[in-house]
Amino acid sequence: MDLMALDLSVARTGVPVLQGVNFTLAPGFALVLRGPNGIGKTTLLRTVAGLQPPYAGRIEGAEDRIAYAAHADGIKPTLSVAENLGFWAQVFGTSGITPALDAYGLHDLADRAAGTLSAGQKRRLGLARLLVTGRPVWVLDEPTVSLDVASVAMFADVVRAHLGQGGSALIATHIDLGLDATILDVGDLRARPPAPGGPEEDFL
Amino acid sequence: MIALLSRDLILSFRAGGGFGLALAFFLIVTVMVPFSVGPQSSLLATIAPGVLWLGALLACLLSLDRLLALDWEDGSLDLLATAPLPLEMVVSVKAFAHWITTGLPLVFAAPLLGVLLNLPAPGYQWLVISLLVGTPALSVIGTFGAALTVGLKRGGLLMSLLVLPLYVPTLIFGAEVARRGALEMELATPLVMLGGITAACIALMPFASAAVLRINLR
Repeated sequence: MDLMALDLSVARTGVPVLQGVNFTLAPGFALVLRGPNGIGKTTLLRTVAGLQPPYAGRIEGAEDRIAYAAHADGIKPTLSVAENLGFWAQVFGTSGITPALDAYGLHDLADRAAGTLSAGQKRRLGLARLLVTGRPVWVLDEPTVSLDVASVAMFADVVRAHLGQGGSALIATHIDLGLDATILDVGDLRARPPAPGGPEEDFL
Repeated sequence: MIALLSRDLILSFRAGGGFGLALAFFLIVTVMVPFSVGPQSSLLATIAPGVLWLGALLACLLSLDRLLALDWEDGSLDLLATAPLPLEMVVSVKAFAHWITTGLPLVFAAPLLGVLLNLPAPGYQWLVISLLVGTPALSVIGTFGAALTVGLKRGGLLMSLLVLPLYVPTLIFGAEVARRGALEMELATPLVMLGGITAACIALMPFASAAVLRINLR
């Protein structure tokens, strides 16, 4: 099943930031979002993830299929690495955190309190959470922040494996992950300010 | 659901989780009352049910700002909102965890503090029963307040202002049950009202909390 955005507009605190976003993301493929800072990439991803409603247009094929990873990793510092992952595995009704620990080299850290990890290790833990969700569509917002070169390669391998298993990924990133991905530049899709005399003004 | 409950309980018992803070606050407030109103035991016996109820209510309020704010700050709330659990269930479970870590200890501590305030002997049983019936409403209403103010800087005080008026019915009927119990009066009416308020809050408040949380997450 494809994830589709049809003439989608998204708004941040009520102000439209992007309009006319169209894409189709088929299983096995990745789509990389590019665009200058502040253009609305995060807003677009939050809308696709269902955290906020579209301003206009629609999204199809997102229902209960998306695993979202934002800037914040949602890690509890007083829980151990394994407890953090195990919690999300239980929430998403999957079992077995070992593949996720293996994929990001977190095995030796499994019993460490997550609060004692370095920024890059925390990020790896945050990304490992995607594997335990068991969801096919990954929506990732700047996933490589604070990762070193080796960890970025690790992440790219995981995404490649995910795509190979029929998953798909929508990634906002500025670095080249070496993935065979379509690039969607949202820089040209900046929303125009509402025309004077538009429906809002009539309403007021 | 069980996972979320056990996670919240573990987090609250581990270092920095804040378990026991509300209980200690309840203790301090109650101990300070005789200092402020004087040591006449008859006066203390008269005000004991009301003071204990007010103390429990304030102690409950104290721990509310952590209820959703921590999950908001570290991003888990966003992730929970995209998880298969309905948000109504998430807020209900978090309110239940709050009650277990805050309301329930207060229920058990109240009789001990009743001794300090010279609570008449028949009152103990009804004090415990009224708190047991009433404190779940405090947690559920408090979760609504926490959902309203999540994401606001310095939202704690604003939340107190929003939540305290909503606590008034529970306080009136809860303290009335304890007072009538202490005086060995008939207390079925306030007890039924208290139970009714709690039941209605548990049934309806999660929907309101989830709705405001969805808006706050946008």
